[in-house]
Amino acid sequence: MLQRDYTTSQLDVLEAEAIHVMREVAAEFERPCLLFSGGKDSIVMLRVAEKAFWPAPIPFPLMHVDTGHNFPEVIDFRDRRVAELNARLVVASVQASIDAGRVMEETGRRASRNRLQTTTLLDAIEENEYDAVFGGARRDEEKARAKERVFSFRDDFGQWDPKNQRPELWNLYNTRIRKGEHIRVFPLSNWTELDIWYYIQREGIEIPSIYFAHTRKVFERDGMLLSDDEVVQRGDDEPIFEAVVRYRTVGDMTCTGAVASTATTVEQIIEEVAATRITERGATRADDRASEAAMEDRKKEGYF
Amino acid sequence: MDILRFATAGSVDDGKSTLIGRLLFDSKAIFEDQLEAVERTSRDRGTEYTDLSLLTDGLRAEREQGITIDVAYRYFATPRRKFIIADTPGHIQYTRNMVTGASTADLAIILIDARKGVLEQSRRHAFLTTLLRVPHLVLAVNKMDLVDYSEARFEEIREEFTAFASKLNASDLTFIPISALHGDNVVSRSENMPWYEGTALLHHLEHVHIASDRNLVDVRFPVQYVIRPHNATNQSLHDYRGYAGQVAGGVLKPGDEVMHLPSGLTTRIKSIDSFDGALDEAFPPMSVTIRLEDDIDISRGDMICRPHNQPHVAQEIDAMVAWMADGVRLQPRSKLVLKHTTRTARTVVRDLQYRLDVNTLHRDETATSLGLNEIGRVTLRTTQPLFVDDYARNRLTGGFILIDETTNGTVGAGMIVDAH
Repeated sequence: MLQRDYTTSQLDVLEAEAIHVMREVAAEFERPCLLFSGGKDSIVMLRVAEKAFWPAPIPFPLMHVDTGHNFPEVIDFRDRRVAELNARLVVASVQASIDAGRVMEETGRRASRNRLQTTTLLDAIEENEYDAVFGGARRDEEKARAKERVFSFRDDFGQWDPKNQRPELWNLYNTRIRKGEHIRVFPLSNWTELDIWYYIQREGIEIPSIYFAHTRKVFERDGMLLSDDEVVQRGDDEPIFEAVVRYRTVGDMTCTGAVASTATTVEQIIEEVAATRITERGATRADDRASEAAMEDRKKEGYF
Repeated sequence: MDILRFATAGSVDDGKSTLIGRLLFDSKAIFEDQLEAVERTSRDRGTEYTDLSLLTDGLRAEREQGITIDVAYRYFATPRRKFIIADTPGHIQYTRNMVTGASTADLAIILIDARKGVLEQSRRHAFLTTLLRVPHLVLAVNKMDLVDYSEARFEEIREEFTAFASKLNASDLTFIPISALHGDNVVSRSENMPWYEGTALLHHLEHVHIASDRNLVDVRFPVQYVIRPHNATNQSLHDYRGYAGQVAGGVLKPGDEVMHLPSGLTTRIKSIDSFDGALDEAFPPMSVTIRLEDDIDISRGDMICRPHNQPHVAQEIDAMVAWMADGVRLQPRSKLVLKHTTRTARTVVRDLQYRLDVNTLHRDETATSLGLNEIGRVTLRTTQPLFVDDYARNRLTGGFILIDETTNGTVGAGMIVDAH
């Protein structure tokens, strides 16, 4: 008789690891929450959460930091998904932080609410007394993230200290914190962009329409195609044109670029991502282009 | 497609970054914008060549000081396998980072400079790799181009290392002569070394058999979380009680007789549940939910095993401990928190039997404490019983971490060698 090999596919291994991480948080923390933006990574994270606690409902609320500059298609998707799961959604609003004088709106053509989100996020964590916050970040995205732990400790100012991280061995996670501190938890740390797409394909998960190729009014800035919208400050020297594009990442309209693409199915997106020679954040995110350490600096302040 | 996790040991001088850079580049895992950024920074610094270590040195302090501070994880895939590299730095905090990177690795690559041969550092890397029971070890003898691709030099290094490794009980040992800079034997077989009959490094990584490295014999299911839907409207869910966890050993099937620890009560597996439907079997590293035939009081931290194959139930354990804390030292009477599988207990250090010199393997029995990056054999007493196996038998039920209650930092990693 042939002996079974018990080989496990990469998606099964990654899923099992992420489920383990989520259950560990549910078991050891008092008040976790899951950051859900309606982007592909948080959509996958939400599916993993569904699986981790099935047949019970997800035992923590979802939170979205809403800049007010999100793509409407994504907000629609977010609300639909939350209703389907009968989950509780907490919306932390950057506009409310601006109105309350907690942060100042940037001005000028490159004004973005990207950095302001950190204050809104940290205020919401403090107000709701969340002690563990799930994020969909992956280590292959960016080089500062490549060095971050799955359970990433934040002090009572929400700050990350990359030089003083807790060693992480086997599948044992240190969950101990003092009041006021919290842990950012990244269950998808070991997934790559392609793993995310293969998983979306395998699971047949619905995603917002802007991930697929569509015709859109755009203008070009720094080699990126930005959407024409009232929240995006466009100069007279930046003419509008129509293009067939899709979004590879989903962030704010002000700093997320579209890529020229004709991919209208998940299969075609996988082909495109497998062949591309530019990273997703490099292709589409103005916020990461500020400097070599743009992500590290924002993360230290408490960014996602 | 499965996953191979491997750790790389060696310093920049050994060509480790060049090797990783080549694996990533040749497998198209380095993107144009990443390469441009590295080229730009190399140029700004006045470096003549493209410094591929900048790809892995992600933090500002690392780039400024030209050192690697922490373990970096890198990803690439070939049509056969997905690879996760734990890239551990060569100098700073060496033991702490290497132990961390090796704890989950299926394979470790130790780089040796062909000109320098087996150094103290190579012996230290090999020792830590075997201490952490990384199942497969590759000795990559690099810079063969600088020794005229000499077979004699390669054989000399192989013999010297083999003699040392026999003292370590290194398991599967493979020697590959390479030149990371020129790509010899990295992705494809080199024409410069016709005398070498083995495969290129990447071929080895793609084909090394890892499925049987997991323990599929001893059933170990640490209960992580109890799932109780408390659903008032759905009658079938009202009394649902499932034990969720990640299988740490063995193969579980519905109908199997199992034992619960600490109670010692036996029952049968009623079903193995998942979101995607009932399963015929569960084995490592699957995360599943188990329902049992009988109503037993089971909570997080408990263990499900087979009646005739149980772990040690122990409150006194002997372990090799790698100490990772900066300020405090481990010494007899130190009180700590110990996390093992899903169970957390308080523990006191009863005895430090010896401190091990990781370079010479000398056991210093006069040592009275362990400092940062030191390793020793320690006896611990815990407040509650733990359900443990020898680390050599099962890395998941034989490993634990130590936490300092005052700082909440992770201060030690332990590998169980004996339990009472």
